[in-house]
Amino acid sequence: MPRFTPKVVTANALIEGDVIYLAADDSWTRDLSRAEVIADEAIAQMRLLDAQRQPGRVVGAYLADVIPGAQGPQPAHFREDFRRKGPSNYLHGKQETTKPEGAANV
Amino acid sequence: MYNYSEFDHAFLAERNAQFRAQVARRIDGSLTEDEFKPLRLMNGLYLQLHAYMLRVAIPYGTLNGAQMRQLAYLAERWDKGYGHFTTRQNIQYNWPQLPDVPDMLDALAEVGLHAIQTSGNTIRNVTADHFAGAAADELADPRPVAELIRQWSTDHPEFQFLPRKFKIAVTGSPHDRAVTRAHDIGLRMVAREGETGFEVIVGGGLGRTPMIGQVIRPFLPRADLLPYLEAIVSVYNLLGRRDNKYKARIKITMHENGIDTIRALVEERFTTLRAAFNGADQALLAQIAPQFAPPAYLAKPVDAFDAAYAADPIFRSWADTNLTAHKRADHAILSISLKAHGATPGDATAAQMRVMADLAAQYAYDELRISHEQNVILPHVARADLPAVHAALKAAGLATANIGLISDIIACPGMDYCALATARSIPIAQEIATHFDALKLEHDIGPLKIKISGCINACGHHHVGHIGILGLDRAGVENYQITLGGDGTEDAVIGERAGPGFAAEDLLPAIERLIRTYLDLREGREETFLDAYRRLGLAPFKAALYPDARDRDAA
Repeated sequence: MPRFTPKVVTANALIEGDVIYLAADDSWTRDLSRAEVIADEAIAQMRLLDAQRQPGRVVGAYLADVIPGAQGPQPAHFREDFRRKGPSNYLHGKQETTKPEGAANV
Repeated sequence: MYNYSEFDHAFLAERNAQFRAQVARRIDGSLTEDEFKPLRLMNGLYLQLHAYMLRVAIPYGTLNGAQMRQLAYLAERWDKGYGHFTTRQNIQYNWPQLPDVPDMLDALAEVGLHAIQTSGNTIRNVTADHFAGAAADELADPRPVAELIRQWSTDHPEFQFLPRKFKIAVTGSPHDRAVTRAHDIGLRMVAREGETGFEVIVGGGLGRTPMIGQVIRPFLPRADLLPYLEAIVSVYNLLGRRDNKYKARIKITMHENGIDTIRALVEERFTTLRAAFNGADQALLAQIAPQFAPPAYLAKPVDAFDAAYAADPIFRSWADTNLTAHKRADHAILSISLKAHGATPGDATAAQMRVMADLAAQYAYDELRISHEQNVILPHVARADLPAVHAALKAAGLATANIGLISDIIACPGMDYCALATARSIPIAQEIATHFDALKLEHDIGPLKIKISGCINACGHHHVGHIGILGLDRAGVENYQITLGGDGTEDAVIGERAGPGFAAEDLLPAIERLIRTYLDLREGREETFLDAYRRLGLAPFKAALYPDARDRDAA
């Protein structure tokens, strides 16, 4: 059987549209490095269901592949890298804010 | 231009009030996302990679100064101070927040703008020649008909759930600047025995299965336009496939059924509909048409233009590239480039929008156009005023002299914004523009259209670029395919794929090899890249793109 690639649960915030990640304490964070890394497929599906049960806060929840590391999970694909940063033509989106990312207020 | 009637104002106000209530119900949890999504899309609101995106329609690309100023206001008040003009003559705001969108729509309604028909499986915002009403080669201004189509198609009850989206483009000129052959329906005004009518083209489209439209009716009398359009869309509505999204556009319906079958069905339906249209459409058109009367042109001597042209090489270069012949000799059509080298194609800041609005008010009879090539047009400027206009544009960073040149690139937003994209487009456009500007080769290369799409859906029209670039995801890495020889004009051709794609870092050198090969092989400056490609074929350009393959073949 192929090995399961570690995942995070990610979505967009309903109000701001911003990229958010599910943390281990059930809060939503705007910072990928604070997201809960899920190494088990069954748990990943459970956590995705947890996210999808919050339609008043999040939109379009899905599982994204990550590479666990010392600095927290890193995106496995360039699309997720852009999502955690913002566009490349302006310093907009997440890269715009310099303050440390805390729990999302969603 | 068209002025909203009481009916139009009331319709928009009602529609905006409905959407305000829908947004409130989404936020308070009464509506799920599945319930809300079709409602927000009907009002132009998308959710993209980083944020919501509001796509505002600019019907047939026509704006007045007050509308442009309001677009600037939205950019500042609810976005990040800029807007992005698209290949469908729309403007997109990339950063609105959901609770603000009803206020944005109300602000748009104040100046007769909206975000209806910018999404969903309906007839979309109708596009037109961006030089409409001004071009020297025009038979007639297509905008009255475009406005008639807008009113007919807006919330048309039969066409709210088509198999797929449906795009109509119209031009009044023999030179097709509206890419009519790549639309679900393209309308080209033609004359026959002194009467003007339409050549009706059906089944064009780019995307995953690019096709050039076919002529379903070589000459349709003007008065028959709406019943004939309604016949086409209603035949498609019944025949078009709903089982497979990728086979749902009318181009596939045409391909699967053949044009003769479609034509017979359309003509049959048309017979019924023509009788049902009782002339109300023509009465409405008669009310619309005078609103597009030409402005009261001011005759001015062109001495000031001639003097500046002779004295100022920067002005001369700009005039040579950015002006197009107007139907009056003492006026010109001015294309304002939104493609400053290294900037994002199609983006304008709020301040730049205001400068363009002010210039339109002062020098251009208060008219502006948005082109599908993502530039802004002042369609009527007295030549005498052009030195002053140029100076004002220069101060606002809007005087780039590159219309129709290698850096006047169409690029979709790509993976920097779009949720559908498979690779980025904007940085590729920025790199190409900056590179050839640094080489000072741009004006020597001459007319060249590079068009870039960040996915197979082809919003960047790459299939009809002289050089088309398609960004794909190849095993988790951005990869770019090149097509050559495409053309979006009246001689429309789908470009030919040159070969395997290039990694992002290899793309720019490949483009440069292509361009240098053209410069070496052309018969003179008057032979454009596209002409040279047509004369020489793919082979020499392919060899330039893949030198290693050539070496291998020789070995």
